[in-house]
Amino acid sequence: MSGHKFIGKSVVRVDGKAKLTGAAAFVDDLEFGPGLLHAVIIESPHAYAKIKKIDFAKALGVEGVVKVVTGKEFPYRFGLYMHDRYVFAQDHVRFVGEQVAAVIARTPAVAKEAARLVKVEYEVLKPVLDVETALEEDARLIHPELGNYHHVPWFFPKKDTNIAHLRKVRKGDAEQGFREADHVFDDTYMVPRYAHCSIETHGAIGLFDHSRRLTVWAASQSPHTQRHLFAEALAPLGLKHKDVRVIAPSVGGGFGGKAGVSMEILAAALATTVQGSPVKVHWTREQEFYNTYQRQGVVAKMRVGVKNDGTITALEQKLYWDAGAYVEYGANVVNAAGLSASGPYRIPNVHIDSVCVYTNLPPGGPYRGFGYSEFLFGLESHFNEVAKKLGIDPVEFRRKNAICTGDVLNYGGKMNPSGLLECIDKVAREIDWGKRRVSDDPRKAIGKGFALFWKAPAMPPNASSTAFLKFNEDGSLNILVSAMEIGQGFLTVMAQIAAEVLSVPPEKIRVETPDTDRNPYEWQTVASHITWGTGNAVKKAAIDAREQIFDIVSSALGQPRESLYLDDEQVRSRSDAGFGLPLRDFVINGIMMKDGTFRGGPIIGRGMFMPEFASALSDPETSQGGKPNVHYTVGASAIEIEVDRETGRITIPKVVLGVDCGKVLNPDLLKGQVTGGMVQGLATVLYEDMRFDGKGRLLNPNFTDYKIPTALDTPEEIVSIFVEHEQPDGPFGARGVGEHTMIPAAPIIANAIEDALGIRIRSMPITAEKIALAIRDS
Amino acid sequence: MGDGDRVKKTIRFVLNGEKRAVDVAPQETLLETLRERLGVKSPKCGCDRGDCGTCTVMIDGRSVRSCLVLGVEVDGAVVTTLEGIMENGELSPLQQAFLDRNSFQCGFCAPGMIMSATELLARNEKPTREEVQEGLAGNLCRCTGYSPIIDAVLETAGVVSKGGSDERS
Repeated sequence: MSGHKFIGKSVVRVDGKAKLTGAAAFVDDLEFGPGLLHAVIIESPHAYAKIKKIDFAKALGVEGVVKVVTGKEFPYRFGLYMHDRYVFAQDHVRFVGEQVAAVIARTPAVAKEAARLVKVEYEVLKPVLDVETALEEDARLIHPELGNYHHVPWFFPKKDTNIAHLRKVRKGDAEQGFREADHVFDDTYMVPRYAHCSIETHGAIGLFDHSRRLTVWAASQSPHTQRHLFAEALAPLGLKHKDVRVIAPSVGGGFGGKAGVSMEILAAALATTVQGSPVKVHWTREQEFYNTYQRQGVVAKMRVGVKNDGTITALEQKLYWDAGAYVEYGANVVNAAGLSASGPYRIPNVHIDSVCVYTNLPPGGPYRGFGYSEFLFGLESHFNEVAKKLGIDPVEFRRKNAICTGDVLNYGGKMNPSGLLECIDKVAREIDWGKRRVSDDPRKAIGKGFALFWKAPAMPPNASSTAFLKFNEDGSLNILVSAMEIGQGFLTVMAQIAAEVLSVPPEKIRVETPDTDRNPYEWQTVASHITWGTGNAVKKAAIDAREQIFDIVSSALGQPRESLYLDDEQVRSRSDAGFGLPLRDFVINGIMMKDGTFRGGPIIGRGMFMPEFASALSDPETSQGGKPNVHYTVGASAIEIEVDRETGRITIPKVVLGVDCGKVLNPDLLKGQVTGGMVQGLATVLYEDMRFDGKGRLLNPNFTDYKIPTALDTPEEIVSIFVEHEQPDGPFGARGVGEHTMIPAAPIIANAIEDALGIRIRSMPITAEKIALAIRDS
Repeated sequence: MGDGDRVKKTIRFVLNGEKRAVDVAPQETLLETLRERLGVKSPKCGCDRGDCGTCTVMIDGRSVRSCLVLGVEVDGAVVTTLEGIMENGELSPLQQAFLDRNSFQCGFCAPGMIMSATELLARNEKPTREEVQEGLAGNLCRCTGYSPIIDAVLETAGVVSKGGSDERS
């Protein structure tokens, strides 16, 4: 496919000037005038406790305090995939930091001061802080009401336990597969919790005006889903969806953390208690760590059956997820990971249990990679060990078992077009696989690591995207969509898609972040689905506009419709070389006829995309029968590291990532996803993890103690390789890619350390300290 | 801005080339003064404790984290924010390099990052890659992985060619 004018080109970002000049407004930059109220949240100091009494009389007496709100005002459960949480805690608190009450005041300082005067009496209960304890026979139940919770049909909670959801996958006959194996290898890997660390913290402002209209401005990945959840959670107040409006300004990083509804519900709910005044809730960095969503920890127990020649005959994966106190979003991470926990391999017999376990730690939820980074750390580490024990090169082992186009997936569907083998070969060549470098410095050990990755969008089967496209008098256009620009370059790519169809340059196309009143529906900006889903909707909207243009030109001017095409902002005709009608001449005002009347009028395109082939319904015992995933994007990654044998410190001369995300729409933007995603992934394995004390308190809720990479921590070289096997149902052949680039980071590091030192480390993170201690003990 | 409002002090300083006078409370940070009192929104609050650098501005040509400086401290000083580094409404060469190289994604850290990089180049016309890394180590970015930012600074300094990368031997 060649001949594209704008697709496949590194078009300059349409949001660049705004972001580089300070013109881009983020939620905290919006002005609400002197009537703005500020809310400060009273939080639970206990991981598990019964609320006995809340006394806020003193707080109410402080000058400038407008209102104190507790759970009494909002006794309704809500949630994205399972209704298991409340706006404010009701009778129990279930994690340290959970919102118990709010003080609304005229200034942040007064709200803060008054919040200190709110006294909450608790009866402290023994918290459940890990999955092993939560799964014990006589474990304390964190949600005794679990059996009554409303949830999506593809969840299977186990009532009277702490198991909120169990995803079982049974493909082939695992027992038979293990019998056929020449060797069976078991192991256990552990991944802790992680924080997204967007540089912008969460913030939201709610206004419930005197006409009972609720508007929420939020730093958001999910404006329409938030509107829906606000309307649903606050329905007892008589709110209809039409009365609820979410406005999403520029957002300072998402990574999954600003998807769904977390703290935004506070602004929405509190606004209804102070009708007529906007009220702002803004998370501190500390709150950002413990009361949004966290990436869930996992204990992964796996068992692999292999033939002597390296053929995998069977895989068993038992994934126990520490999903935290509320799993309304996190249970779907567990679900998605369960369906795909074989990794991108052709394995005939698969047995997976992905178990969503309630604990008294902060709620788990979506984080770039959506469970795949977590299970692939163990699986890709383990496969390296298996290959080593068989005496087979780890790349050869992967090549032999890699999934190919048309292979049967874990749930029975067929694998989409996949250039995985090409990715493996190109990445291996780029990293000089098989050639060992020795450092001049005797303290330094050099090693290489390799891993495969895959990921599918995890979405409800009917997750939809829509687009409106409006022409302006000068032939420029505005596109209205509700997917979010969270840094990935989405707005630019949408402009490119419309530009390609309409032959209007991207710089004449404006695409901005949404207002749910004006912009059409979008499910959420998650799952790496919007280039694909929203891209399809924008393409359809552009085609719709183009068809209207051809209709008008052929009917008004008598040009044969089938001869018309668009080129360089004009309508042209294959049958009349002299014909050229600039778009600006008629896309608003129409075409004037000889008698002075006009034909046509303003051109407005509409596009909608819903994956009508997807289904989440399948046999709960096996997961066979549905088509939960719309496509997988696959790839391979490799790294070379130097380890200091004394300090354990790792430096990275080179890392390579090869991915097949179908047609590349904007190579520079994709490269940005590779570089940024890889560094974020490397941080999860080299530096970061959340540390809790024995009472469930997060010990490192700040950037001093939870270290994210700085400019000093970049690999010396990051190489991106793009393989393009086009996605038949994607816009110009594109598939999703945003999350994938961080997924292989942990196993390539773990495998490179093993290669360099002969030490296998089975828990993340793999810090310099952990390596140094492992060297000492080896 | 609470109780301190009762004992405000008037400060006079030059902000982005313009003489300004403003009443500030003794405990308010420069970041609050700029954002809440003067409506200058490019410095952002990312941590409020000097860890992230997204509130970086310049005082008398030196970069500072405006969440760690009190508003009263800039009395008599020259303060520059991102709003003040545009040249006749045009992007500075550094901003242009950031645009050309996608040296930002969400854009939240960009104002602080550009301020730190502007100071870096003012003090060191031909920095090495390591000097750029060191100079920007106080500004956190979660999106880009830093390489495009480092390259944009080196390109502006003429150390690497437009669109090129620095070669390491």
